[in-house]
Amino acid sequence: MNDEIEISESFADVDFPRLERSLRHPRTLLSAFLSLMTGVVTVVACIPLFSVLFMLIYRGGKRLSLSLLTETPPSAFESGGGFGNAIVGTLTMVGIAALIAVPFGILAAVFLAEFGPKSKTASAVRFCAKLLTGFPSILAGVFAYAAVVLLTGTYSAPAGGIALSILMLPIVMLTAEESIKMVPQKMKEAAIGMGATQTQVVWRVILPTAMPGMLTGVMLAVARAAGETAPLLFTALNSNYWIVQDGSLALMEPTASLAVLIFNFSGVPFESQIELAWAAALVLVLIVLVINIVGQVLSRKRVTR
Amino acid sequence: MAITLEGDVPTDSVASPPSSLDVAGDRTFRGMTYMFSWMTIFLVLYILYEIAGKAAPAVKEYGVGFITGTTWDANRGEFGVFPEIWGTLYSAILALMIGGFFGVSIAIFLTQDFLSPKLELVFKNIVELLAAIPSVVYGLWGIYVVIPAIRPTANWIHEHLGWIPFFETSLSGPGMLPAAMVLSIMVLPTISAVSRDAISSVPHKLKEAAFGLGATRWEAIVGVIIPTSATGIFGALVLGFGRALGETMALAMLVGNSNQVSLSLFSPANTLAALLANNFPEAGKQEEGVLMYAALILMAITLLVNLLGTAIMNRASRRLSGVAR
Repeated sequence: MNDEIEISESFADVDFPRLERSLRHPRTLLSAFLSLMTGVVTVVACIPLFSVLFMLIYRGGKRLSLSLLTETPPSAFESGGGFGNAIVGTLTMVGIAALIAVPFGILAAVFLAEFGPKSKTASAVRFCAKLLTGFPSILAGVFAYAAVVLLTGTYSAPAGGIALSILMLPIVMLTAEESIKMVPQKMKEAAIGMGATQTQVVWRVILPTAMPGMLTGVMLAVARAAGETAPLLFTALNSNYWIVQDGSLALMEPTASLAVLIFNFSGVPFESQIELAWAAALVLVLIVLVINIVGQVLSRKRVTR
Repeated sequence: MAITLEGDVPTDSVASPPSSLDVAGDRTFRGMTYMFSWMTIFLVLYILYEIAGKAAPAVKEYGVGFITGTTWDANRGEFGVFPEIWGTLYSAILALMIGGFFGVSIAIFLTQDFLSPKLELVFKNIVELLAAIPSVVYGLWGIYVVIPAIRPTANWIHEHLGWIPFFETSLSGPGMLPAAMVLSIMVLPTISAVSRDAISSVPHKLKEAAFGLGATRWEAIVGVIIPTSATGIFGALVLGFGRALGETMALAMLVGNSNQVSLSLFSPANTLAALLANNFPEAGKQEEGVLMYAALILMAITLLVNLLGTAIMNRASRRLSGVAR
């Protein structure tokens, strides 16, 4: 009897770790508190997006009508009007930019992923592409101004397109490289085994297989370019007229774009122009989101190794 | 080689070696991809050359005084960008503090199994959507939503705590704080995406070992996961900083374009990018050269920060590849 009591007493001295999880324990309390805090922070970070979307629909939706797409911007004291010319201008310039950046980016990506992935050239090119990813968009505008506007002597749509293409290029190139790398090695080997040259392998096997991934990159780049303002401010400037005038294409003229229109109308004291800026913002965000969603859908079809 | 083989192949065979046309096409195509790769390098060099070249006359004329000068008067030909450099750095640092806190918290929250994978994906997409909104739209939103929303609070703080240098002016409209807040929303997706990658590349066994030793979830995060991914998170912050330095439109619309150096969060200020956006379209010949000089300074700062960020990210992935597997 005595022995037993002694044993249980000696056990009482030992400090057993408490293994059950209790919320009153300071450690678990701190843990729960921090979990809650990061959760709150994450939810708070989502507020701006919903606020932006709400304001766009609330203030921009009011003015939404078909005449927005067919008319040109109003002057200060006019009401009504639209920004059809700006939509056409944005599409033209993004189109020019894509025509430059997509072939350029994909050809370079083929080299980076297929022909010389480990070469010194490739690492230098990758480095330059990464530098361009972080390149401020306004400097792309400054460059296009110095290289194109000063050379041609006029603000124009191609100058804007060239500025945008600099911003698109690294996105297209780096995503295309990634998706080319995802093409299974055995598919390439099978093609080479059938006697195809490397060029044939690229055209018949690699590019078709990597297409969804590359298109995702192109879509992301187009969406980014469509929303850019800074590179257009002093390359395409702005205009109140359609890019097609009297049946001829006025490419070498200042060109309107949605983004620059929003910027110019955001700071004016005229209610009708401010309303128009919100409507233009709504249309611009819709365009950008649709392109993004198309890109996302395409990326689901992407091959994975 | 293909030509010498030709003799051995029976003419009725389905298989045939590449014709000389195929070989020529192959060489041309490979040469083209090589050329376009090099053109990327030339493009970067050409951009540097073009901006530096156009800035050179102004650099010669104004020298270092341009960087330390505080007046900008096109009529008198006096130019100095110290307030803009100050504003660029100040706004970027403020944005980094807010955006960094949010971005890293989100990265932790979305990688440490707090939520079901489906919900995690929803939040991840929402944060990514933040990056899809064009900056000019954020600027518009800032003017009509953020500024009116924070003005009463800001002015209350100014009235009661005005002796603190950060609050020494009242917020009358555009200013540093709304600009930095909107800027922080814009850098948040970059920071959260890059640091999420860094955090999720921490090997699982490290975390499991910490749990095995009895660590709570947050003891494992603070004691193991964050230290292991610290380099990557730091790189994310530096890249976010680089993005904040170069961001133009939201600042041009919200910062107030006022040439002054002030610690106050509520006073209007200016940044290099906003200076370019606002002055370039109407600049005369002389001012244009000077703006090129400002562009050169902006380019130097952002290139430096981005190089640093890239170098840190490279180090982070090298270090982690040592830990992993």
